[in-house]
Amino acid sequence: MTYEEAIFYVIAAVTVAGGLGVVTARNVVHSALFLILSLIGVAAVFVLLASEFLAIVQVLVYGGAVTILILFAMMLTRVRDIAGPMDGPQRPIAALAAAVFLGTTVLAVKETEWRGNTEEATVVSIDQIGDVLFTTWAMPFEIASLVLMVALIGSIVLARGEEGE
Amino acid sequence: MIPIDNFLVLSAILFSLGMYGVLARRNAVLILMSVELMLQAVVINFVAFAVYLNPETFTGIIFAIFVIVIAAAEVGLALAIILRLFRNRQISNVDEADLMKW
Repeated sequence: MTYEEAIFYVIAAVTVAGGLGVVTARNVVHSALFLILSLIGVAAVFVLLASEFLAIVQVLVYGGAVTILILFAMMLTRVRDIAGPMDGPQRPIAALAAAVFLGTTVLAVKETEWRGNTEEATVVSIDQIGDVLFTTWAMPFEIASLVLMVALIGSIVLARGEEGE
Repeated sequence: MIPIDNFLVLSAILFSLGMYGVLARRNAVLILMSVELMLQAVVINFVAFAVYLNPETFTGIIFAIFVIVIAAAEVGLALAIILRLFRNRQISNVDEADLMKW
């Protein structure tokens, strides 16, 4: 095992542990904190995949914005005061479905012969990403900004409440 | 170096965890967090395929950026809907939001 693989296994263990915490924690705030751990782990995986730009975006957007939003929503909906079990009665079926999916996917990954270089990641520089993002992918980029604006306005309209409420 | 299989298996594990969370949890915010896990698994897959199998055009990395954008928009909207639901009916569990259930 090379040292890179050792680092990968440590990061993967942290990420999976975070994910397990998200779906099994009994306290919802702990769940959100585990989600942060898992998202930071995914950012580290991006570094291992030689995509520093995505790692930075991941930490900014997920570590910074999404988890804060989720914690805010938890505070406002008083999730902690809700009585009753956290999981529904369908839990065994959910576990079975997830296990079947995991087994099938891992089997498919192991059985497939990937064409091309599967042993080493190629570094894609930020320059290259910026180049194609504003040339080849300029139209999707503009549409993405439009989607963000619509989502922003929609969230405000939905969360604000009606007049005189 | 790390073979691509490792990343794909990690992504499969994360996706299964998210899938379990979506199916088993009752609270809407927790389901949303599980959806985030699934999106992260997909992004790992996109980036792994881009840097290993297709480094000339790296479409996967561009797609990963768009997935993150859409995920951010989705979280904002979903949390607004959950807040609305809580304000109108004082519930935040999805199995209690059964007004339209026959």
